[in-house]
Order: sequence, then structure tokens, then C-alpha cells
Amino acid sequence: MASGKSELKSRVLTGLGVALILTWCLLPVVWIISLSFKSQSAVTNGSPGFFPSDGGGAGFQNYVDVIQNDQFGKAIINSIGISLIATILSVALATLAAYAIARLEFRGKKFVLTTALVIAMFPVVSLVGPLFDMWRTIGLYDTWPGLIIPYMSFTLPLAIWTLSAFFREIPWEMEQAAQVDGATSWQAFRKVIVPLAAPGVFTAAILTFFFAWNDFVFGISLTSTERARPIPAALSFFVGDDPFNRPASLLAAGAVVATVPIVILVLFFQRKIVAGLTAGAVKG
Amino acid sequence: MSTVQNAAATTKKDKAKDPKPPDSDRSRSENRLAYKLVAPALILMLFVTAFPMLRALYLSLFSYSLTAPDDREFVGFSNYVTALTDSLFWLTTLNTVLIMVVTVAIELVIGFAFAMVMHKLIFARGVIRTSILIPYGVITVVSGFAWQFAFSNTNGFVNGWLPFIGDDFNWFASYEPSMIAIMASEIWKTTPFMSLLLLAGLAQVSNDMLEAAKVDGATWWQRLWKVILPNMKAAIMVAVLFRALDAYRIFDNIFVMTAGANGTESISFLTYRQVIEQFQLGIGSALSVLLFLSVLVVAFLIVKLFKVDLASARQEN
Repeated sequence: MASGKSELKSRVLTGLGVALILTWCLLPVVWIISLSFKSQSAVTNGSPGFFPSDGGGAGFQNYVDVIQNDQFGKAIINSIGISLIATILSVALATLAAYAIARLEFRGKKFVLTTALVIAMFPVVSLVGPLFDMWRTIGLYDTWPGLIIPYMSFTLPLAIWTLSAFFREIPWEMEQAAQVDGATSWQAFRKVIVPLAAPGVFTAAILTFFFAWNDFVFGISLTSTERARPIPAALSFFVGDDPFNRPASLLAAGAVVATVPIVILVLFFQRKIVAGLTAGAVKG
Repeated sequence: MSTVQNAAATTKKDKAKDPKPPDSDRSRSENRLAYKLVAPALILMLFVTAFPMLRALYLSLFSYSLTAPDDREFVGFSNYVTALTDSLFWLTTLNTVLIMVVTVAIELVIGFAFAMVMHKLIFARGVIRTSILIPYGVITVVSGFAWQFAFSNTNGFVNGWLPFIGDDFNWFASYEPSMIAIMASEIWKTTPFMSLLLLAGLAQVSNDMLEAAKVDGATWWQRLWKVILPNMKAAIMVAVLFRALDAYRIFDNIFVMTAGANGTESISFLTYRQVIEQFQLGIGSALSVLLFLSVLVVAFLIVKLFKVDLASARQEN
């Protein structure tokens, strides 16, 4: 039967496609994990190949070294602290703005949305020079707020777009309905609107956190010491004892540690992230 | 507040073509509330972008080096002349455009294929979507390192796996292979994002139309080009615009993988080097302004050439 044959063909093709996607997404991740288990002496002498060679494995030694490394530990704390604070503040401000955009009619709505769009596409490096100069003058250079402020303004566009797309879908009449049924306005807000808005706010928070965690340009330009240097910058400065021979396996272990929080977020909130990423871009 | 005045000024046009009844008390108070809610976000966004950009515009007119801050001297447009007559500026711009065009083209093809597979999937959807988000979540610096070490001839596996390449081939010794390595990392990390945007677009293509085309005897290839692609044009164009402008800013991968060796600098990298490594704020600011302008030009060209419909992206109206 012709249709049965084409059915089979399409299944085989889809199966092949799935295998291809999985390889694409996971191969480099598996590779960096595998590299992190090569011993440092093997790497210095050269140990090509995907897996650690016989006798070239290091067990968990690289991870122990990374965690005991003072520079790296501070960078982890900086990254977590800066990203979390930036995320909370950015989402709070974006929630206010997105509520106004989704719910209120006001002049200049278009201006706000266009500004957000332009900023989302801004070439960040072009701001590094003037910000470097300004931050040094007002004492924000190499401090947490010095990174939190730029992270906030660059995540606000994404957060505002995602949230206003979510807020538009909320049936706001339910708030009045609850009040008619005898709820106070605070109860109506807390029991009806907050649960409906929470998933959107949460999605915006995850995407904001991703941005802040991933940033490299501000991280290397606006910091100079481990006081505020985040992980990506710390990784790129991490040269070990011999600057001409990067400690590849140690770096790989650091990279794995830096990636773990993100992978955990992805595993738990996959559905929300997908919804958030596509909410602003395609009419749904 | 000046931001509010600005906002009002830009929408004068809308008001003219959309005659509203004179402001009632209600709409006036709604306006006031909206401005209060929007102002903090708007001010913060402009404080970190518009204000520094204006400052860069001002500084770019000076000969100004942080190593000798007292020798600041007004030089007019000579920083721009210096930048625009230097072959390095054009070389880095060319590199950036090359990376943008090649990566976006490849990502579009692979991303579309991935989106088609995900669209057809009935089982294991969650697993696939979770794994496709992993490259998106991995820090660009980590991706850069992973691929740099993968291509390395002392510790990598790429040479061993590629049949027509010698085991000790050094990818980072000359221009072309270095660019290939940089693009590999860029493409790996951002294709998933592209495929998710395209998947959302694919979901909008109506199944009835596809069935009708099938009944009329259209081949798979015809259905793809005559039904699927035209119906998801808006999604494709938005994905291309977002990714192209993002690719134009390429910096992290180059910094980590080659540090600009063998002529692999991008325009972002050149600007960074002038400002942060050499403390040349004058010429660095001129480069910042040029970088900003070139992004505007790229955005304008893409919107005009491909007729991107931003209204549908904005979900307005």
C-alpha cells in the first residue's frame, strides 16, 4: 500500500531527525563533561580524542580544584547574587510597565514598546566605553550595582514584551466577578489575579536570569577584580599557572559547574521557557 | 517629566489619524496612572542606553585617552575620519557581515529542519524540547571554550573524527579555519532559538490547506514552497531579524576562541579593544557610534528588503 509505505518513510525520517537533534544539542555538552575528567598532566602533554585516554583520567580532581579555587568560588557568588537581584528588580519594574501596556489606554504606548525593541537589539559593546567612563566617575566601577543596573535595563525589554503578552490573555473581568461575589478588592487581587499572572511573571524571571547569567561584555568591561567579576568573565581570565597552556580540563570543570544551574532551570521549566521565548515574537 | 513629553510628542501623529473624544477625567487619570507605572522602567532603559550613547557622541569629538586624561582636546570629526579611512575598520565590518550572513543562513535551514521534526513529533516532545533548550541556556563563553577545545589539535576530537583532515591540523593558525570554528560555536548555540521561533510559526499553518494541496496532487516540495513557507513568512522574518542583529554583535565567541588573532576581529571586538584595553576613549567612542549606526543600517535593510511585519510581532491591533 502506497500510503502505508510513505507513512513508514515519514516515521523513519522523523526518528532520524530526533536522533540528529539530540546529537546536536547534547554532543558538545557531553564533550565538555568528558574533557573535565581528563587529568591536567594528560592535557598538558596533549591527549586528543573524545574520551579521556587510558591513565589520562582525573576522576573528580578537577572539580575539587575548581571548588577550592578562591577566584572561582567568589565568581559563583557574584554571578548568583548579581543575577538574582537584577532579575527581581527587573521583573518588578517590568510588571508595572506591562500592566499599563496591557490594561490601560495611554498616549505613548507605542513609544515605550518601540524603545524596548530598539534596546533589545542595541549593540551592547558600543555602551561599554561611555559606561566604563561614567561608572569610574561615580564609583560604580567594579561593584555589584555597576553590573545590576545595565543587566536590568537590557532585560527589561524582554520582560516587558513577555509580560504584556501574558497579561493580555488574563480575563480581568474575573476580578470584578469576585468582588460582586463579596470578595474585598485585596482578596480579589490576591486570590484571582495573582494566580493567573504568576506563570507569566515567572517565565519572564527565568528568561531575565538567563540573560544576566550569560552576559560577558559587561562582565569583563565593568569589573577589574573578584569583587564583582561574574562567572563568564572569571572563566575567560582563568589561565592557571602557565598562560601559554590553558588548563583545558580545569576550565571544562568550571564550565560544567557554571552550566549546572541553567540546565536545572531548563529541566524543570521547559514548557514555560518555550512559551516565553515565542510569546513576543509570534502572534499566538 | 521629559520622558512623558517625549512620549506624547511621538504619538501626535497617531492622535491625528485617530480622532478621540476630548479627554475625559477618566482617560486623563488613566494616562497619569500609566505614566507612573511605565516611568521607572523607561527611565532606567534610557539611562543606560540613550544617555551613554549621547555621551559617546560627545566624547567621539575629542582626542581623549585615559592614560593622559588631562590632554583631552577637541578634534571635531577627525576620529571618524581616522576610523573610516583605516582598513582595520572595514576588515572587521566585513568579518562581522560575513559571520552574520553565513550563520543566519545556516541556522535558518537547520532550524527549519529541526522545527519540522518537532512539529511532527507525537511522542517524546518534552525530552526534545528540554534538550533543544540546553544550547540556548549554555553560557556563550562556555560554548566558545567547548568548541575551541573540540577543534584543538592537542586535546580535541574534531581532527580525529573528520576523515579528510590530518590529526595535527591546527584550526587556529590561519584565517579561514578560525572563522569556521567561531561560526560553529555560534551556530550550535543559537540554532535552537531559531527553531523554536520557526516551530511557533509552523503551528500557524493550517492543516486544511496542506490537506487540500495534497489532494490536488502537490508534491512534498511544492507543498513546502507554495503552502508552508508563504504562510509562515512573518515568523521567518522576525526570526531572521532577531538573529541577524544578534549575530552582528558577535563578541564572546571571538574573545574566547581566537582573541582576534589572524584577522578574525569583529567590529564589536575592535571597539572593545580600543576602549577597555587601550583606554582610547576618543576613537573608541567614535567606533561605538559607528557600530550603533551600522546596526541601525542593518536593521533598516532587513526590514525594507524582507518587508518584516513588526506589527504582527508586537501583537498590537
